[in-house]
Amino acid sequence: MAYSDKVVDHYKNPRNVGSLDKSDPTVGTGMVGAPECGDVMKLQMKVNPETRVIEEAKFKTFGCGSAIASSSLATEWVKGKTVEEALAIKNTDIVRELSLPPVKIHCSVLAEDAIKAALTDWKKKQGEAEATPAETTAAHN
Amino acid sequence: MAIKLPIYLDNHATTPVDPRVLDAMLPYFTEKFGNAASRNHEFGWKAEEAVENARGQIARLINASPKEIVFTSGATESTNLAIKGAAEMYREKGKHIITQVTEHKATLDTCKRLEKYGYEVTYLPVEKDGRVNLDELRAAIRPNTILISIMYANNEIGVVQPIAEIGKIAKEKGIFFHVDAVQAVGKIPVDVQKDGIDLMSISAHKIYGPKGVGALYVRRKNPRVQLSAIIDGGGHERGMRSGTLNVTGIIGLGKACELCQQEMAEESVKLSKLRDRLKESIMSRLDETYINGSLEHRLPHNINISFAYVEGESLLMGINDVAVSSGSACTSATLEPSYVLKALGVGEDLAHTSIRFGIGRFNTQEEVDYVADRVVETVTRLRELSPLYEMAKEGVDISKMKWVAASDTH
Repeated sequence: MAYSDKVVDHYKNPRNVGSLDKSDPTVGTGMVGAPECGDVMKLQMKVNPETRVIEEAKFKTFGCGSAIASSSLATEWVKGKTVEEALAIKNTDIVRELSLPPVKIHCSVLAEDAIKAALTDWKKKQGEAEATPAETTAAHN
Repeated sequence: MAIKLPIYLDNHATTPVDPRVLDAMLPYFTEKFGNAASRNHEFGWKAEEAVENARGQIARLINASPKEIVFTSGATESTNLAIKGAAEMYREKGKHIITQVTEHKATLDTCKRLEKYGYEVTYLPVEKDGRVNLDELRAAIRPNTILISIMYANNEIGVVQPIAEIGKIAKEKGIFFHVDAVQAVGKIPVDVQKDGIDLMSISAHKIYGPKGVGALYVRRKNPRVQLSAIIDGGGHERGMRSGTLNVTGIIGLGKACELCQQEMAEESVKLSKLRDRLKESIMSRLDETYINGSLEHRLPHNINISFAYVEGESLLMGINDVAVSSGSACTSATLEPSYVLKALGVGEDLAHTSIRFGIGRFNTQEEVDYVADRVVETVTRLRELSPLYEMAKEGVDISKMKWVAASDTH
């Protein structure tokens, strides 16, 4: 399986690796996946509560090159976007950008889920009551 | 001394052809190219002579008679012939076969097919060290058991089974004993008499011979084993395997066996030292690394290590100038983690972090040192990226965590 140049680039030079302070009320943390599946992504975002703009994003991933690249790309993309804009990011955008083969599409889905999970966590911390079915499931876990 | 990249440390998958093997094969492509079955001219006679010479070289390596060697297209075919051939031949005697869960797919899938035809198969579990339990084997034997098939050494974890003991049990009970010896022949002493083996699969490309050729040892005395052929047409190889012989391949297999016989004692010591050096160099510099399978009963040139909190494919990507393989699901076509590691009781999370190293005849100490450095470097870097390593360092018990199964993608 040959990796696309972009995947290799993200793997060799991952963007925004690290952690933010989980207890900070403006930081949303999303952790998705499972070690038994071979994929775990932790995505954190610091969101300005007034402007709702994502000012900082960090990630850590246990997974293959495509999983690392997908989550690294996710942090790149969300920075500077509003919460709503970030929630609109689709896994298919990631697949296209990284030229992921069919067998690696699930890595992009996980990255999209990580974005949503982190923002759901942030919303909960902000006391935002609105919840879509997807968000309720994530919140209950 | 400059190291040539990429470095090949995946010698359980295949091996380079030894130049001496290639030299032995070459004349038979363009000069002495006859069909070994052409009985009426010199081209045929010369080819036949070379084939019979090869039979002898193989037989001597395993302490058999040349008459007991059947040539095939490779060990997968040999295993198919042994199991299906015996099953069909002795179906009146019984329809029960005993094997074990970490066998190569050639054995497991063949057994699965026989189950479809009404045979019963017992798949013995293995202990944590990867070996079968002899009491469980004895207990599984029934009056209608006709075949026991247990591999000599495992291709993923290099673990060596108690073959001689199993051979004794099989002989006591009058059951034929097939051994997939692909990873063991030429690497450790294999003796079909001492080990009580009745059928044995051999592969050329695992012992510095060419791909596309192998052999099946079929015992002729004490007891005599008969097989129904699975390929018909011409009756070659005493009716057991029709088809024009792959003369050049066979010569390669023979020469490869001869070289193994001459060099095995010294080579296994050398490779064992390199393997131990690799293991020490890696494990002394990293925490939370685990060896999969018994260290005591193991091929001298194999090591299989799990690196906790680092996924296998990303590790392979990081050491991309080194050729090894992983038990991670991401590296398999079916996205399933290694069934061998699963059988050992290795948790799926650790199975995803495993790397198999197979050292070979042409590897050097410099290469091993380079690989160890790259592995340590890459694992360290990837652990910086790993949320699991972070949690472990914070003292979180990962096994107790509840994971969000994201969008049911798995």
